[in-house]
Amino acid sequence: MPDPLFAHGVDLGAVIVVVVKVIVAFSVLLVSVMLAIWFERKVISDMQNRVGPNRAGPYGILQTLADGIKLFFKEDLLPDQADRFVFKLAPYLALLPALLIFTIVPVGGVVTIAHHVVELQVADPAMGILFLLALSSVSVYGTMLAGWSSGSKYPLLGSIRASAQMISYEAAMGLVVAMVIIVTHSLSTRTIVDSQAASFLHWNIFRLGILPFPLFLVAVTAELNRPPFDLAEGEQELVGGFHTEYSSVRFAMFYLAEFMNTITMSAVMVTLFFGGPDGPGFHFLRWLWPIVWFAGKTVVFLYVYVWIRAALPRLRYDQLMGVGWKVLIPFSLGWLLVVAAFRVSTIWGLAVFAGSAVAASGLWQAIRVGQARREALEEGSLGWRAQTAADAHLRAVPEPDGGG
Amino acid sequence: MAGKPPKKRSLGFFGGFAVTLQQVAEPRVTTPYPAEKVAKPPRLHGRHVLNRYEDGMEKCIGCELCAAVCPADCIYVRGLDNPPDAPVSPGERYGFVYEINYLRCIHCDLCVEACPTEAITESKMFEFSFTNRSDAIYTKQELVVDDDGLPRHLPWEDWRPGEDEHTSGWMRATSPSGAVEYEGTEQWSGELGYGVRASEGGQSGKRNDVATGNISIRAVEGDKISRRFGGKVRGT
Repeated sequence: MPDPLFAHGVDLGAVIVVVVKVIVAFSVLLVSVMLAIWFERKVISDMQNRVGPNRAGPYGILQTLADGIKLFFKEDLLPDQADRFVFKLAPYLALLPALLIFTIVPVGGVVTIAHHVVELQVADPAMGILFLLALSSVSVYGTMLAGWSSGSKYPLLGSIRASAQMISYEAAMGLVVAMVIIVTHSLSTRTIVDSQAASFLHWNIFRLGILPFPLFLVAVTAELNRPPFDLAEGEQELVGGFHTEYSSVRFAMFYLAEFMNTITMSAVMVTLFFGGPDGPGFHFLRWLWPIVWFAGKTVVFLYVYVWIRAALPRLRYDQLMGVGWKVLIPFSLGWLLVVAAFRVSTIWGLAVFAGSAVAASGLWQAIRVGQARREALEEGSLGWRAQTAADAHLRAVPEPDGGG
Repeated sequence: MAGKPPKKRSLGFFGGFAVTLQQVAEPRVTTPYPAEKVAKPPRLHGRHVLNRYEDGMEKCIGCELCAAVCPADCIYVRGLDNPPDAPVSPGERYGFVYEINYLRCIHCDLCVEACPTEAITESKMFEFSFTNRSDAIYTKQELVVDDDGLPRHLPWEDWRPGEDEHTSGWMRATSPSGAVEYEGTEQWSGELGYGVRASEGGQSGKRNDVATGNISIRAVEGDKISRRFGGKVRGT
């Protein structure tokens, strides 16, 4: 369904509406990033029995502003070994996708302003949710090029990790998005939201059978490089990760992009699984309630992200890749088949579900056997029994001469 | 200490989520420092004061023992014979010049232990930040207590009401030199504005916490934490 704003062609009013939407979305997003950083710091300090920022403004709410001003006035370093153009380009590649993904998120219902039917989202392209997948791939470039162009080892290693991680988890994320597309018959985010509107039982989280949502949550957390998947910036082994060499405004842009991505992805999750702006409304201020519902749901997910960060320890790199390839991708692939089969008929659905279960248990068994064999092999080459047996001849004391 | 130690919980996969959420409701033990201060231990080593007897005479006799013992070499003293018609201190001599350089002082309190007349003691005030080197050198004008026996409040020193009391806590604590028979008895002269101060009871239990300002920081702060997390130090 095309954007109803352009149903009667592009006139001056439509252009003004679009410009206003862009400006409002941009400024609201920037302000909400500022608040989100403060929110995260406050919530995590709550969970760690601390006070958190409380000096700048009431309850420290202006702390992010103060930090931002500080960063702007710091020296902007450009390493000698850096690839100058790419080094300067990378922060924009990180920041832009974060901004652009938000454009397709429906933040409210549909209102009519001066005979123009306006959807409360910046853009409603027909390709819709594919835009999300495309742009989250672009944000990998920001990370990768930042590390590569720094001309330094830690950022390079960090960016290799980050890009491998982001690419791996994108597969699982894309499969879950495909499930949503299958049940809603549309790529357009507005149609996805509208198809969930009847009651909260129509939300995609219930229609898809709940399991895809945790898969998506984990995949997105890894995609965002957030704890417990924040291997790209492991302080112990990689210093700051891919943005080690960045300072001043350019560092601020990475930081901004990180939190803006968190907000955007929370909003995307609300859109895909929780009905977006859907919720009970009232007769007065009819346009306001969907926005309130949308914002409320998004804040809940922001809280969940912080909660995850506070509760879970970091994964090791091989565990991270293991979760991505051995758990998330097979599970989402299997579930995708089940969802698709249920669209055909219930019998097909049950049959594919049974088949997937058998395949899953087979895969599980294969992984277990493989692990056991590898451990046995390691035991054989490095275990103390084998080692002591092999070294026996070294410890053998030569017999003293008989003196005959 | 009453009560069982907190039960050890095995954390399952989702245990961390429960623990972190419980923390939200727990009280905070953080003191918002510049706005509020925790109580200072009575024997804290802060900046020095030069005490006076109850009749207003200065206790310092200019013997320079403090300057001799100072490991940081931050004290400069010059004694002078007391003018016969208007003596500054009881006895022969008095401290004519007395200077302490707080850029060098390490607050070890050896000067307090060396002083034969309990003239120099340390207060609990350590929160002072001067902005030039000459302010760092405290002379007699800054060090000698005023006519009420209170330390002089300098503009760059951060005091709260009550922090200027108990200026001789460490001296009174160490005076009995560990001899049990002197425990709890006062062996020091009176101070201007305070008279003869009470002693710490030590291990005999004859202590008067209000008079000596002897409070355990650990007890006060620990009581803010619930027992489940190992708080409540005071045996309640």
